[in-house]
Amino acid sequence: MTLSHFSAVLLFSLFTSVVFGITQRAEPKMMIRFGAYCFALFVGAVILASWLMYAIKH
Amino acid sequence: MAADAQQVAQRIPGEKSSLPAMVLLAGWLIPGLGHLILGKWIRALLLFLSIVSMFAIGIALQGKIYSPSTGDILDILGFAGQLGTGLLCGLAHLLGWGATSTVNTLADYGRAFLVCAGLLNYIAAVDAHSLANGRKASV
Repeated sequence: MTLSHFSAVLLFSLFTSVVFGITQRAEPKMMIRFGAYCFALFVGAVILASWLMYAIKH
Repeated sequence: MAADAQQVAQRIPGEKSSLPAMVLLAGWLIPGLGHLILGKWIRALLLFLSIVSMFAIGIALQGKIYSPSTGDILDILGFAGQLGTGLLCGLAHLLGWGATSTVNTLADYGRAFLVCAGLLNYIAAVDAHSLANGRKASV
């Protein structure tokens, strides 16, 4: 199996956010909202770190 | 909100039941089983799919399966993390899934997926326990 760095990040973020959403909130609506928030933070942080590394290298 | 708090306060004294311990153990052995026992089948299905998919991706990427007997503290910590996947961890050791060492970057991703799957399953099992004993409101 071969995964790109970014697809690995997306899969990791998706599955982790689902578990965080279900376990860290009590109401279904808040679970979805918190899961989406975690996913956005995961992916956003990775994109930010990637551009930071690019800027350091160049 | 007040009704939830009242519900929690009413259910904690009844913790003598063996149900919380049972769902904790079941949730650890098979991801999502604790929630399924409590009748939360959608949550159970999502937890099962998420954790088993992470584990399967970790195995497919040839992630390292840690052994506790090497004496290296990092191996013991990695094993403790992977042990969270319960029966899946046992199957991986029995059937020789995964790899014994990390050989490339993708395998390192696989190792991370395997350890995180275990850690997430610990959280899911404790969540089922909290639902069963009333510490977490059951909505």
